[in-house]
Amino acid sequence: MNSWDNNPVLTIEHLTMRFGGLVAIDDLSFNVGRGDITALIGPNGAGKTTVFNCATGFYKPTEGRIIMNRSNGEHYLLERMADFQISAKAKVARTFQNIRLFGGMTLLENLMVAQHNPLMLASGYTIGGIFGLKSFKKAERDAVERARYWLDKTALIDRADAPAADLPYGDQRRLEIARAMCSGPELLCLDEPAAGLNPKESAELNALLQYIRKEHDTSILLIEHDMSVVMEISDHVVVLDYGEKISDGSAVEVKDDPKVIAAYLGVPDEEVDGVEEEVGI
Amino acid sequence: MSAKSGNLFIDSLKDAAIGGLIALALFSVLIGMKAEVASGLGGQLGIEYRWGAVAIAVAVVFAGRLLLNLFVWKAGTPVTQTAGRLIPSTQTLAPLAKYAMPVFLVLAVILPFLLMSAYGSRGSRQYLDLAILVTTYVMLGWGLNIVVGLAGLLDLGYVAFYAVGAYSYALLAEYFGFSFWICLPLAGILAAFWGIILGFPVLRLRGDYLAIVTLAFGEIIRIVLLNWYDFTGGPDGISGIPRPSFFGIEFNRGEGGFADTFGLEYSSIHRIIFLYYVILAMALITNFVTMRLRKLPVGRAWEALREDEIACRSLGINTTNTKLTAFALGAMFGGFAGSFFATRQGFISPESFTFIESAVILAIVVLGGLGSQIGVVIAAVVMIGGFEFFRGLEEYRMLVFGLLMVIIMVWKPRGLISTRTPSITLSGKKAKGISADLVQEGHG
Amino acid sequence: MEYFLQQLINGVTLGSIYGLIAIGYTMVYGIIGMINFAHGDIFMVGAFIALIFIVTFGITASLPIALLILALIAVLIVSMALTAVWGWTVERIAYRPLRGSFRLAPLITAIGASIALQNFVQISQGARNKPLQPLIPGGFTLTEGGPNGEGFIVQLSYSQILIIVVTTALMIGFTLLISKTSLGRAQRACEQDRKMASLLGINVDRTISLTFVMGAALASVAGLMFLLYYGVIDFYIGFLAGVKAFTAAVLGGIGSLPGAMLGGLLIGLIETFWSGYFSVEYKDVAAFSILAIVLIFMPEGLLGKPEVEKV
Repeated sequence: MNSWDNNPVLTIEHLTMRFGGLVAIDDLSFNVGRGDITALIGPNGAGKTTVFNCATGFYKPTEGRIIMNRSNGEHYLLERMADFQISAKAKVARTFQNIRLFGGMTLLENLMVAQHNPLMLASGYTIGGIFGLKSFKKAERDAVERARYWLDKTALIDRADAPAADLPYGDQRRLEIARAMCSGPELLCLDEPAAGLNPKESAELNALLQYIRKEHDTSILLIEHDMSVVMEISDHVVVLDYGEKISDGSAVEVKDDPKVIAAYLGVPDEEVDGVEEEVGI
Repeated sequence: MSAKSGNLFIDSLKDAAIGGLIALALFSVLIGMKAEVASGLGGQLGIEYRWGAVAIAVAVVFAGRLLLNLFVWKAGTPVTQTAGRLIPSTQTLAPLAKYAMPVFLVLAVILPFLLMSAYGSRGSRQYLDLAILVTTYVMLGWGLNIVVGLAGLLDLGYVAFYAVGAYSYALLAEYFGFSFWICLPLAGILAAFWGIILGFPVLRLRGDYLAIVTLAFGEIIRIVLLNWYDFTGGPDGISGIPRPSFFGIEFNRGEGGFADTFGLEYSSIHRIIFLYYVILAMALITNFVTMRLRKLPVGRAWEALREDEIACRSLGINTTNTKLTAFALGAMFGGFAGSFFATRQGFISPESFTFIESAVILAIVVLGGLGSQIGVVIAAVVMIGGFEFFRGLEEYRMLVFGLLMVIIMVWKPRGLISTRTPSITLSGKKAKGISADLVQEGHG
Repeated sequence: MEYFLQQLINGVTLGSIYGLIAIGYTMVYGIIGMINFAHGDIFMVGAFIALIFIVTFGITASLPIALLILALIAVLIVSMALTAVWGWTVERIAYRPLRGSFRLAPLITAIGASIALQNFVQISQGARNKPLQPLIPGGFTLTEGGPNGEGFIVQLSYSQILIIVVTTALMIGFTLLISKTSLGRAQRACEQDRKMASLLGINVDRTISLTFVMGAALASVAGLMFLLYYGVIDFYIGFLAGVKAFTAAVLGGIGSLPGAMLGGLLIGLIETFWSGYFSVEYKDVAAFSILAIVLIFMPEGLLGKPEVEKV
């Protein structure tokens, strides 16, 4: 039994998502191990982002369960929760394929927004805040410190007071990760974090993700096309094609799986038949 | 650019001639022929011809277009560019805006005394009335700025909450005899309550749809006020609404009145000055609360909502509640302003709460620069003050008002003050304002 | 039953007028995604232009029927042309400079243009309402009342027939124009992706201008029909008719031409039946409530495409 099946942070069971007649995900089950970096890969249109959208509440799955197992022993059925509660209660944070920052707000403000819920509580749902409650001032200082920490870790501290829309592309990607981390997640879902990055930035990203995994109680689930990133940092790889799981295992296992190779490179039909016979479909 | 200058005059002339022709097509019928019920024809329509007016209108368009072509649009160095250098851009004005607020504030506080010393108590009354009117619109603009400027929710029915506030006070005073100072908070709460009731179903709509539904709600409230004769007095409105007292002391002549109590000689201007300070204080509270909220998590969530709603939801922000607080708070300030309006006028009717009012308040917010508090002040002074200034032009002023809305918007689509100040900085005071080009306007 | 039939006839007549105006909203919203707030006032301008020509030419009910119809067609064509110039001008001055700018700006200029148009007509034509003697009197009596005045007389007037026939013909012609011609194709391309359309050599500005011109021309037809039906207009008719027509466009599914016609018909019917059976005072509340209800529960309308939220 694999480590991710022993102690999963996220369990996806029989997940199915249909849009009208189109089946985007078909009976998908897999586990995301606690403390692992798990990669979800597959050709374009395989349904990877749909899995993310189901797990973070933007889509309601047609069938199946998505269970978040928090480290404090609480379990959440994500498919039943409103999107904002998934971040607030189940502690799942995400980034987006096409970056969604608050462009007209500064980097610091972006990270403060991510700490909305604890700050809201500290401000006595605004009323205490208006009258300048002491405990709120302290909570706000702590929030700024946390933002400073993440700006530091993502090497964005020099531009803390610049508007987010002014940042170059690679910095925006990192800022989105920093923002997600400020919400204190136990599971961080990254949708193509390395897309559009140059090799140097890509290497920095790898280091950042490994740092997050090591120093914080945060597991990572990522969608990635860049195989160098996937192979270098992931403990566990799940491969999707046409909404179905075609492979699931460690990076090395998956790399040599003929079905994966077939899905990515394409093979003559006879050969596919041969492979399918071999693996018993 | 200068290479083309040989043809400049001919090009401009051609263009202006086309403009003149279009103007001829536009105006020949609507200006040139006036359909009127002639007295001699037994109530039938006759036509009054006014070709002279058409000729003037066409000539104005032709000449205007020609001059603009020659000196602005097609010229190598447009006059406006030269003029533009004389007028500093908003970027350079930004630091000045920091000082503008205190200057405006001091001016606003001493205004009644300035006017009194300049025009005497009789002559200053009309200016004070105007100042009260402008300040009311500033307050309404600030209230709406929370909804439109910060949260990015386009509300075209804001006047509904103004009406709710005004009618709440009028009816509470009429039926229960409550005083202004008791009714004021009640009116605000009622308006906020209506904001939540109306807001709840519509806040998941986006953009223009939200605008049109809020417009519909505004009109529904007005039509109900107009037709519910037994309760609201219908088109006759409600008159005899009690005037506010100086915390219990009436502004009466004689014993126990304001003048008597404070040993002053009785003058009707006292009440006007008092009203002015009431609305000024109310407006300043609105501003203070808004500025405070911007620096609190709820205010930051509003602005984040304006920037990207989906990202907000992914960060655990309950967007429905956040929108509702903005809507309710905006409505509450509208309600406060409404009950002030009722007590100042002493008479209200549905006439005062038409769609045009909503449009004017929205125009003040947008022209001032979305989200900018000082922008609202400037726009209100320019629009309302200017509007009243042209009272002599009677019917033409609404036409000019409409045209001005078009012209200012085309000239400055982002409004007069278009930089956003960060709500919190790491580096202390020296952070720069954020250019409006980066700031989103919201989708809902 | 007779009463119902009469309301039905009136509702269809009113509905076809709303449908004509609604087309202008739906086309403009489809192509540039803005509510052309001034469109209701363009309709009002069209009604005034038609009125002025009718009075100038001395068209009255006493003319021989053939001449009357010819004269009305002439008035229709001229007022369509002149109203189209108004529609074009509003787009050119108030919307085109703001293309690609911030979304609220054209909404404000549209409101400004609406205020300006209303007040322009109020000044130039006077604030009093303009009554016109009925041009096409008479009609078919579908059911006679009883001999002693009991029962209800159902009338289908000639002007109602004219309105329904003209609008139906125009709507068919127009649908063909949009679906078959290259202009229609250009328009649909601009709706999908304006930048790509311009890269493929479509003159986007001209296509948008033509959209406004067509919308204004149809609105002016609606203006003439309104004038024939009600026999009285004033400078303020544009606001309410505009909001109702917009409701019709949304109800039918914004961006869809058949939807606009269907929506117009429904709004006309609802309004007449509401006034006929409940209360005249609250007929506008009915229209506004339907607008709110449709937008809240069915924002894509009857024939529109649902908008999918992209994450």
